[in-house]
Amino acid sequence: MTRTTKEKIIKAVFFVIAATSVIILGMIVISLFREAVPIFRVASIKDFIFGNEWYPTYDPPSFGIWPLIVGSLIVTLCSTVIAVPIGVLSAIYISELANPFLKEILKPIIELLAGLPSVVLGFFGMVVLAPWLQETFDLPTGLNIVNASLMLSLMAIPTISSISEDALYAVPQEFKEASYALGATKYETIVRVIVPAALSGISTAVILGMARAIGETMVVLMVAGGAAAIPDSLFDSVRPMPASIAAEMGETPFGSNHYHALFGIAVVLFFLTLAFNLVADYIANKYKQTGSATL
Amino acid sequence: MKWRYFKQHLFFWIVKASIALIALSLGGLLVYIFVHGFSALSWDFLTEPPRDAMTKGGIMPAILGTFYLMTGAIIVALPLGVMSAVYLSEYSKQNRILRTIRIGINCLAGVPSVVFGLFGLGLFVVYLKFGSSILSGSLTLGILILPTIIGASEEALKSVPQTFREASLALGVSKWQTIYRIVLPNALPGILTGSILGLGRAAGETAPIMFTAAAFFTAKLPTSIFDEVMALPYHIYVLATAGTRIEETRPIQYGTALVLIALVLGIDLIAILFRSYMRRRKSW
Repeated sequence: MTRTTKEKIIKAVFFVIAATSVIILGMIVISLFREAVPIFRVASIKDFIFGNEWYPTYDPPSFGIWPLIVGSLIVTLCSTVIAVPIGVLSAIYISELANPFLKEILKPIIELLAGLPSVVLGFFGMVVLAPWLQETFDLPTGLNIVNASLMLSLMAIPTISSISEDALYAVPQEFKEASYALGATKYETIVRVIVPAALSGISTAVILGMARAIGETMVVLMVAGGAAAIPDSLFDSVRPMPASIAAEMGETPFGSNHYHALFGIAVVLFFLTLAFNLVADYIANKYKQTGSATL
Repeated sequence: MKWRYFKQHLFFWIVKASIALIALSLGGLLVYIFVHGFSALSWDFLTEPPRDAMTKGGIMPAILGTFYLMTGAIIVALPLGVMSAVYLSEYSKQNRILRTIRIGINCLAGVPSVVFGLFGLGLFVVYLKFGSSILSGSLTLGILILPTIIGASEEALKSVPQTFREASLALGVSKWQTIYRIVLPNALPGILTGSILGLGRAAGETAPIMFTAAAFFTAKLPTSIFDEVMALPYHIYVLATAGTRIEETRPIQYGTALVLIALVLGIDLIAILFRSYMRRRKSW
């Protein structure tokens, strides 16, 4: 075998391996759809997505996942509202205000916190935050939207903070110097120069944080309360999509309509997070921060 | 003029308050679990199996199970991840195929963990008939951490200076030998860091192993990769939510949470320290 043939074979092998990620993604989509399709013989796509009643075990059952979608969106939205300001401000602190010593310590700590297992956050929300909420606000249950949003935001903050910090750090030094030279204060430099220059990176951080929150399972499974109804207030229980899948998959007979309906929810969840990730990818590529070339 | 500085002061206070809020909430959470979990910890807790319908005894099978799943996941993900990264960083040209692979990897990284669980259930447990087992769980977790490993490995490969490759190629060495003998050894520390972080992620995940590997209780320790296992994250979840003795097992729940946190944060800490050590030692 000549050397060039050998090299070509090696390259081909590596290509096939690199393609596995795409193949696996394809397999995920196919296997989800394969198991989800039978449910649409029972319920139409419109009834499935926009139906208001999720009673999969009743007779006759009702497979409307709208309350679950609303539950997912509302906890994601609330946790984003909490996590974005805190995450971005903390990134500003670490990148622009902290002295080098503090910075050396804070950066890895934030990174460590991003790796905190979600089941631990769910556990804490369940045994500490829930009783406290219930007592303080005199509620029937402490497992509700507020609890889930708070715990989800604790999970999203490190993600948002650490990606935003990278973006802020990448803003060229000349930008700051130019701003100071014009007589701007540090505050004005941060708000009018540095943050706008890093905005694409910060947006990516926010969207990835949201994607993480919407797909997160253990926290919402343990602290969202599990009521499959459209909530009236922030202290109501909800049943976000991942919680529904995780809670019901263990109890449903294999191949039943309920089983297929849970795969149907997974399809919806998959495409929702896919959309978030594609938007993040698009923003990151389109408004790429490349040194001092762009603002 | 005064107003401008007042605004600055106010802004700096808000910024400092936000970092204090993170420290207080997440730090408070860790301290709380540490304090409550510490009293449950003992040598027996770490080395004994559960007794009396889970209300007494230790969590040794769960620690062992998590260890098996972590190891299995890295065995699946490491070769695939490093080889993918080699293709992306050394062989591929900027074209549509590369763009497709990149989007695929990014999308895979964003798939919710519960969806991985369903996928593992559908493919490994049911279709390939591996059952709920260490094998199914390891494959599922391996796929879950694959994007992390690819990302870290690619970054490590890219940080090897181009001149190293050129010097090797100039000596008449083939491309593959250059990669194998020059590029990979120099990228090894970065690849290792990424793998350790992947290990930590695999140890802490619950949803992917719920339907693919984890059992509430196993009477004996697993003897083959086709056995079900207990796992730390699942153990916390089940004890805290299911059964009639939730209050009674609370100390065990705190103890298990503490062990899991120590394991995951310990693994991540090793990776971070190793990385900063290698960065300081790097001579190029």
